Amino acid sequence: MNRRAIRRLASNLMVGLMVLAVVLAVLPLFFILLHLVLKGASSLSWDFFTKMPVPAGETGGGVANAIVGTLIIVGTASLIGVPVGVGAGIYCAEYPHSRLTWLSRFVADVMNGTPSIVVGVFAWTWIVARQKHFSALAGSVALALLMVPMVMRTTEEMIKLVPNSLREAALALGYPRWRTSLSVVVPTTLPGIVTGTLLAVARIAGETAPLLFTALGSQYLSFRINQPMAALPLTVFTYATGPYEEWHRFAWAAALVLILVVLLLGVGARLAIGRSSVANG
Amino acid sequence: MAEPPARVETDKLTAMYGKTTALRNVTLSFASNQVHALIGPSGCGKSTFLRTLNRMHELSEGGWITGRVLLDGQDIYDPGVNAMQLRRKVGMVFQRPTPFPTMSIFENVAAGLRLNGRLSGAQLGEIVERSLRHAALWDEVKDRLKLNAMALSGGQQQRLCIARTIAPSPEVVLLDEPTASLDPQGTQRIEELLFELKREYTIVIVTHNMQQAARVSDTTAFFYLGTMVESGPTRQMFTAPRSDQTEAYITGRFG
Amino acid sequence: MTTATPPAHASSGAGRSRIPLSLRGAAYGDRVFNLVLICAAALIPILLGFLVYELWTGSQLAMQKFGLDFVATSVWDPVAGQFGAFPLIFGTLLSSLIALAIAVPLSLGVAIYLTEFAPRVVRQPVAFLIGLLAAIPSVVYGLWGIFVLVPLLRKTAFPFLRDVLGFLPIFQGPIYGPSMLAAGIILAIMVMPYVMSVSREVLLAVPNSQREAALALGATRWEAVVTAVLPYARSGIVGAIILGLGRALGETMAVTMLIGNRHEIAASLFAPGYTMAAAIANEFSEAATDLHFAALTYVAFLLFVLTVLVNAGARLLIWRVARGSGAGSKAL
Repeated sequence: MNRRAIRRLASNLMVGLMVLAVVLAVLPLFFILLHLVLKGASSLSWDFFTKMPVPAGETGGGVANAIVGTLIIVGTASLIGVPVGVGAGIYCAEYPHSRLTWLSRFVADVMNGTPSIVVGVFAWTWIVARQKHFSALAGSVALALLMVPMVMRTTEEMIKLVPNSLREAALALGYPRWRTSLSVVVPTTLPGIVTGTLLAVARIAGETAPLLFTALGSQYLSFRINQPMAALPLTVFTYATGPYEEWHRFAWAAALVLILVVLLLGVGARLAIGRSSVANG
Repeated sequence: MAEPPARVETDKLTAMYGKTTALRNVTLSFASNQVHALIGPSGCGKSTFLRTLNRMHELSEGGWITGRVLLDGQDIYDPGVNAMQLRRKVGMVFQRPTPFPTMSIFENVAAGLRLNGRLSGAQLGEIVERSLRHAALWDEVKDRLKLNAMALSGGQQQRLCIARTIAPSPEVVLLDEPTASLDPQGTQRIEELLFELKREYTIVIVTHNMQQAARVSDTTAFFYLGTMVESGPTRQMFTAPRSDQTEAYITGRFG
Repeated sequence: MTTATPPAHASSGAGRSRIPLSLRGAAYGDRVFNLVLICAAALIPILLGFLVYELWTGSQLAMQKFGLDFVATSVWDPVAGQFGAFPLIFGTLLSSLIALAIAVPLSLGVAIYLTEFAPRVVRQPVAFLIGLLAAIPSVVYGLWGIFVLVPLLRKTAFPFLRDVLGFLPIFQGPIYGPSMLAAGIILAIMVMPYVMSVSREVLLAVPNSQREAALALGATRWEAVVTAVLPYARSGIVGAIILGLGRALGETMAVTMLIGNRHEIAASLFAPGYTMAAAIANEFSEAATDLHFAALTYVAFLLFVLTVLVNAGARLLIWRVARGSGAGSKAL
């Protein structure tokens, strides 16, 4: 009897420890969000969103150039990455036994595990080094490279969910293959593909490392993708590691905006499709 | 007794998946404007046979044939024949209703019509209405054509698929166990439909249900283990089958 | 039913030859469509190949000058043109190890709890919250680390460790704040969601019969886990851990903001250090000489190879348990 009681006690103890682990795991989340709000919310103002940065050390100004920059860089990256990713995903789903499919999937997995800074170096040697100047385009290319494997995987998964009977129904009507894909299969999975794309966009919107020596960042507002451009994550980094109090406050505010954008995109996309898969990150 | 001209015929048709033979040496002919049933136990090859008639068989992994399949005397496997054009002449309805989920009822029926050039809105509307009437669905949906097709019940969806299949005015309609997933009322509606449809089309129907074959068809062919054992007028097949196997199946001793 | 004689205009040749799939009579549209898709799919391996090529050629200057000594020497002097990456590699591995030492017990605890013990109501919300951790950008972790975590550690945890465990060389020496240990801790927080979610998927893939068999023999819930579930899932969990390692190796922003960025190897965890990713992030935009760029590219190349190998190993292990079910593939 005694032994059983001890075993039961041990079991309960372990459960207690595990609950502690859960608490410890979730705690940083709350603290981070808390501090972001506490330290960042006060700096959010109309000026913050609409004005340009002022010279170092002075007060006032905003991060409008970074917000615009992020929109342009992420938008350009999506313009490059989404068609390639969706196209590759459709191919892999429609021709699952092709050798190219196996190769693309394998490579996509490798790229998914590649550190984003390495992709940044690649974009640097490919574009920046050759053009001899930094550019937002190089940053967009780096982000697109990070995006493609994600979009490809989710697109492929979504299309695989479409039952073959639907394809057969279209083919039996005399539809050619391409029309079957474009008019029947893809529209059926469009919500899923859009969700996957939004998740990928949310991921790359927060990326800093690949932009450090491609888009580089800038104090000015620019719409030229062939020149350096500011971006929100870069602003957070520069201001957080800089010496000025004002910069630190702006770093918190910019980080808050960044998190809100990323979380809203990510959470919204996941809720839309009804899944809550953690690892989709 | 004058035989009606054959609409669809097969001549020593053998169908394979890679190295496996699913059908051996089937020679059959189907006359126009009749309902022809194909019966047999699971896995006997009747669905495979059906799919060779509209060249869907080759879309399966490793699917190929030897022999000939003739539509109005022309070999549909002739290299010059465009398989997609063929499928617009030989339509197919599947076991599970498969309306296109992102399209409305109207769009579903019109789906096959947009392939062969432009039709005016009025022409489309006319054909859609005619097809829905033929499929005995018009009265139930005429006020909600713009509704998404998935809003219909299972039986209605299947009739929608039939409307979709007959809208491009095919010559032959193939049905692969069309009432397998329907309730008795739905089944009855479809069976009644077949009597109407055969006035305009030649119908070949695969069915697991012998009573259904006896009810709706003019001729019946019995398949077993990849060969066509026997075929003939339905009444004769069910009352005086020539082969012992046929009799055993029909009387329920196996299958 | 009769077999009609084929009319004269029917095609000759009774034996129809083998018909290739789909391409017979493929419309022009199909060909264009396939071509576009093939281009998209082929672009991916092409780009990766290009990436490897560019990294390789970009490092040539440094590779030819230093060869494999690059990995073993410690002097990093851009002015003198001397580059040795050993501290970087050491720091990368050490910080990742610290991260795993903290994150793995936590992650496993959470994963086991969520899979085996937690009331159903709790499971999804908790998993969701931990998923949010994975969505936070690295630079935001860094920001929080600089202004919240590090000061806190410097005031409380680090002195405590020094007082209590100061006889160990790793807990000796001056406390600045930014340090190997601080970087390890933030890495632990960042890696934890990945290890947790993959472990959870692996545990869910264990058939229920295993658990039930143990329980039927009179085991407590915990014992059932230890004796029946964990051994079955062992290689998958190891795979999840290695996956976490792969993540930690490549983390850049949070690390460079918390590690102190010093090309040094110290015995103390309170001392600043460096990692491969942090060095690249810090120095790339300011490098002046071609050799410096080449050295950093060499580091990037090594980092790439390291993470590819680690991730490949992880995938293999995870695949073995969750055979083809796709578990873990999303995490990558």
